[in-house]
Formats: sequence, structure tokens, C-alpha cells
Amino acid sequence: MSVPLLAVDGLSRSFGKLVVLSKLDLAVEAGGVHAIIGPNGAGKTTFFNLVTGALGPDAGHIRFAGREIGELASYRRTALGICRTFQNIRLFGSMTVLENVLLGLHCRTHGGLLSPLLGVPFRRPRAEVSARARAGEILDLVGLTGKADRPAMELPYGEQRRLEIARALASTPRLLLLDEPSAGMNMQETIELEALIEQVNRRGVTILLIEHKMSLVMKLSRVVTVLNFGQKIAEGPPAVVQRDPRVIEAYLGSE
Amino acid sequence: MLSDHAVSILIFAGIDVIMALSFYLPASAGQLSAGQGGFMALGAYTSAYLTVQHGTPFPLALAAGGLVGGLVGFAVGFPALRLRGLYLVLVTFGFGEMVRVLFLNAPAFGGPAGFAGIPPATTLWHVLGLLIVLVYFFMRLAGSRMGRAFAALRDDEAAAEAMGVNSTYVKLAAFAAGGVIAGLGGALYAHYTLFIDPEAFGVGRSLFVMLYAVFGGLASFWGAVVGAAILSVLPELLRWVKDWREIFYGLLVLTLMLVRPQGLLDATLLARISLRGERAAARG
Repeated sequence: MSVPLLAVDGLSRSFGKLVVLSKLDLAVEAGGVHAIIGPNGAGKTTFFNLVTGALGPDAGHIRFAGREIGELASYRRTALGICRTFQNIRLFGSMTVLENVLLGLHCRTHGGLLSPLLGVPFRRPRAEVSARARAGEILDLVGLTGKADRPAMELPYGEQRRLEIARALASTPRLLLLDEPSAGMNMQETIELEALIEQVNRRGVTILLIEHKMSLVMKLSRVVTVLNFGQKIAEGPPAVVQRDPRVIEAYLGSE
Repeated sequence: MLSDHAVSILIFAGIDVIMALSFYLPASAGQLSAGQGGFMALGAYTSAYLTVQHGTPFPLALAAGGLVGGLVGFAVGFPALRLRGLYLVLVTFGFGEMVRVLFLNAPAFGGPAGFAGIPPATTLWHVLGLLIVLVYFFMRLAGSRMGRAFAALRDDEAAAEAMGVNSTYVKLAAFAAGGVIAGLGGALYAHYTLFIDPEAFGVGRSLFVMLYAVFGGLASFWGAVVGAAILSVLPELLRWVKDWREIFYGLLVLTLMLVRPQGLLDATLLARISLRGERAAARG
């Protein structure tokens, strides 16, 4: 068996007396779409925060492609190929659509504080030209062609979510973490999102997905992990998990 | 030819613009500093000490002033890594006071009596030259990788880190660069006034520098340029109100901040100006 792309074992995290994640073991195989579901407060977003380094774990290991990353700063994990979107959209409000994607290219480009003084005056540096071309391609991919120069916050809600995916894709992740990407989307937008996730996955990006819309989970994912109160209560192909009595009680039954 | 008086107004206004830009740089990365006067003092005293005591050529002394400002800016950046908003303002304010008291108690630098006998070296061309370099730098920074990292950090630090921005590095770089600019401003100031004392770089200086940038608007570096230029020349234009000058000045600033809390050049106005520029370019 090959090394999983992401492997966590014994991962725990509490906030004060509240245990949010308790000794979680989880492996994400490269290449697929892996969904994490569970009722609110099950620890899904905390898990994302631990994997991306926004939070430090109390205990446990996080390995990415076999390498321990639990102690690495957030930006270094991004450079290794882990990137995410946020449950509550967190685009850069002062920037345009294109600039948001360009920021996503940060760890794949070079240029320090003195580089504005270098290069040919009044001509855009070559690195910037190629970065813009790359960002433009990514905008095409997510279907935001022609909106590059609009302020990011002026986009409709569904497009802001797509832009978050574009910004994350710009960092050329091997593992993309999507935190409820369909939240607040209507039916049409959800169908388009589904196609986009499939397309990104076909390009070789492994997807880890937190999602409440079961139709999306059932359709996209190869493996579903169910969390409840910070623990894994079931895991397997969506059709199997759906019939698991513990899942029905904890999650599906509660809806 | 400009009269000496006019030249002096322009030089002081230019130095004020330089100082406002030194505040704007870290502010564009979300790091508010109330201690730019401290960096200015370091640049002024360093360069003055070198030219007076060691006969160092002015360009070298100027560079040394910028260097010391930058190194200390880098050091001050460290507490900034853990502090935000008002707390950072207070710590940088404390830094500015520390520098002032340090020079107040340093006999080698003249202490409270000040440091005199600085050779005249700064000309309007020096000030204009540095301003042109700075404006060029800031124009190019806005569309560069680091410029975007600054803006990202200001907009949402956690999201910036998640997207691969090393916030530690970016914050330290922003503070250091702000320190370099303020240090250069201080060195130019010292070699124009020819006499410096610690009080010239106290809280009042730091707050005015902040006021210039905020008054002009923090949406772009042009805000700092325009704000500092206007507020620096304004007292000259208000000479006719004599004793009421300070009150007039205060009232004007207050009124404008009430009417345009985002500063003179806010994002909407900037967008309109750049759009007009693009249309004109499109018409060719």
C-alpha cells in the first residue's frame, strides 16, 4: 500500500475544557475526493485548521506525503502543497479578483521588497507578466473570465466562493481543503461547483471536502469520514456510510 | 528663482512627505506605528554625528542614517509580531519616547541642549531626488508580489498566511523599510536645520506624521504624499490669521476628517482617477 498523501494519527485539540478533536486517526489517499461530514461542532473545521497550521495540535502527528508537518508554520505547509478555502469567505477585500489570485501565487513566485526598484522602468517586470498570465488561466478554469479587474467583494456570493477556490489553486496545491464550498449556494450554483471540483480533481489535485449538502458528498467523494464530538464514528464509501446506524443516529437522523 | 523662504517651505514639506511615506509603508501591511519620530531621530543624530565628529561625506552619512533607522525598525518589528492595532500603536509610541529620552541623556549628542554645528548639506534637490525615488518605488510596489503581500496582511492576516505569506518576514520587512525611509528623512532634516534636539522628534512629530497619512487617506501611498504636502504648507497659508493659526489648522483638519473619514483620497476617488487615466490612455 502506498503512503497516503495526508495521514494524521492521535490528533487531539481542546479549547479550555471543550474537547473538539480527540485522538483522530485519518488517512487521505492521493488522487481522490475525500469528504468529512458530521453535525455542527463535530470538529471538522478545527481539523482543517490543524492540517493547515492555523492552529497547533495538543497531541498527535500530521504527515503530508510521509513528512511530519505538525510543527511547520502555515505558509510553509502552503509551499509544500496544502491550501484551503474558508467556510466564511475570506477574500482580500481591498483587492481585485485578479489580485486575489495573484496573492495565491505568492509562494510560487519570487521578488522581495527591493525588486520594485529593479528592472526596466515603466515596464511590468517579466515575473509579474507571467504571474498575471497564470492567474488569468486559473480565472478561466473557475469560470471568472472577464471579471479580473472587478473588486473581489463586488462579486455575487457564488462567484466569491469560486474565487476562493481560484486563489487556493494558484498555490498549486497537491491537497486542496474545501470548507463547505456550497454553503449559501443555490441549486444551479451547486451543480456548477460540483463540476468545478470534479475538474480540479481530474487535474490531479486531491480534495478534502467538508460539506453539508449530502447530494454533493454522495456524488463526488470516494471516501467519507463521519465525525461526531471530535471522534471518527464511521468511514467508507458514501453508500456504505449512509446506511451505518451510528451515522444515521448522529447525523442523518438529526436532520 | 525661488526665494529662500519658499525653498525652506518646500524642503520641510518634502521631508514631511518622506516621513508620511515612512508611516504609510508599515501601515499598508496593517502595522500602525506611532513612533516614526524615533526613527527620524536615529537618522538625524546618526548622520549629524558622523558629519560633525568624523567629517563623513554627506551621502555616506545620509546612507548611515537610513541604515540605522532600518536596523532599529527591524528590531522594533519583533514586538509587532505579537501585537495588533491599538496595542501596537502604544508599543511604538513607547519606542519613540525611549529614543527621545535616550538622546536627552546622551552627552555625546548634546543632551537636552541639542546638537549644533551640523554642516549645511541638504538641498531642495536632495529632498526632491529622494521623493522621486520613493514615488517610483511605491508605484511599482503596488503591483508587485510584496505589495500584494502587504495588502493581504492588512486585509486578513490569517487568510494571508493560509495562502502562503510568511507574515513574520513581511512585517519585519515593512517595519525595517519604514525605518530606512524615516532615517533618511531625519538625516535630510538634520543637515538642513543644522541644529537638532530630542524634542524635535517627540510624540508630536510621530503623531503629525500619522495625521498626514491618515488625512490624505491610507488607500494608496498618494494619500500620504498629498496629505503631508497640504498639511505641511497649510500653516504658511494661514499666516494671516496670526494667533488663531493653530486653532484654524485644527478646525480644518477636524472638519475634513468628519466629512471624509477615509481621508482625502479614498478608494472610490482613486478608482475614478485611475479609470479616467485608463480611458484617456485607451483614447490614445
